[in-house]
Amino acid sequence: METLVFNETKIDVNEEGYLKNPAQWTPELAHELAREVNITLTDKHFEVLNWLRAKHAEGVALSIRKMGNSGIVDIKQFYGLFPGGPLKISSKIAGIPKPVSCI
Amino acid sequence: MNEVLEREQKVAEAPVKIEKAKIKKVLIICSKGKIEDVYAALVMANGALMEGIEARMFFTFFGLEAITKRHADHLHTATVGNPAFMPGLPTMVAGLPGFEAFASYMMKKEMDKLDMPHVTEFLQMIEAGGGEIYACKLAADMFHLKQEDFVPEVKGIITVGDMYALADGEGTQIIFI
Repeated sequence: METLVFNETKIDVNEEGYLKNPAQWTPELAHELAREVNITLTDKHFEVLNWLRAKHAEGVALSIRKMGNSGIVDIKQFYGLFPGGPLKISSKIAGIPKPVSCI
Repeated sequence: MNEVLEREQKVAEAPVKIEKAKIKKVLIICSKGKIEDVYAALVMANGALMEGIEARMFFTFFGLEAITKRHADHLHTATVGNPAFMPGLPTMVAGLPGFEAFASYMMKKEMDKLDMPHVTEFLQMIEAGGGEIYACKLAADMFHLKQEDFVPEVKGIITVGDMYALADGEGTQIIFI
């Protein structure tokens, strides 16, 4: 198991850098993870991240389409907030597993 | 003889540098109008965007059906001449009136269960993700289709030469369906 040390706390991640335990996530960690992919998080980003975390906790299989229908962002804005693969990047920053959706 | 062997050994030992060349862009050409072919093209284009890969789509011949306002959401599968469709089903039965429509309806129902968007919504998703959609000029002329016959996401009606220009750049792959 790989670990990431952040603020002297050990965080378990998989080989691709996705958090193994969403409970270890903090907003400060999100800022750090976002910095690695050159994203500066805004309130809008956090709205998306919180929505993703809530849906993941409910056991919903996430997709770009569902994010687009969330009422928080449309698909275009979602791509704008997390350029270069929005669902994967946002999931990683949100501390939830890598999405498995094909759509 | 020994010299040759030695040389061969050297060649075999030479470190092979394989650079991981990433796919940067895909150009997906959709030439068919059957529901499964069109979805294959749409899923791949959208999937590319989801991975941060640029995507361009070029619809030609019967594939044009998939981007017309009239037919985009009413595509059918082929029940005749499709041996993988219900193997053992006699061709004569598969050709009965209404059979194809029924089979296509059932297929769409299964797709709905998987939360797959309809064709027009899929095209909107691809455009929203930065993908570009084009129609083939030659085929559009042949089927007497004009820009206003196509869904608004269609960026233009272009020639084969313009199509190749869409694939410009290193790390581009062309996929033909």
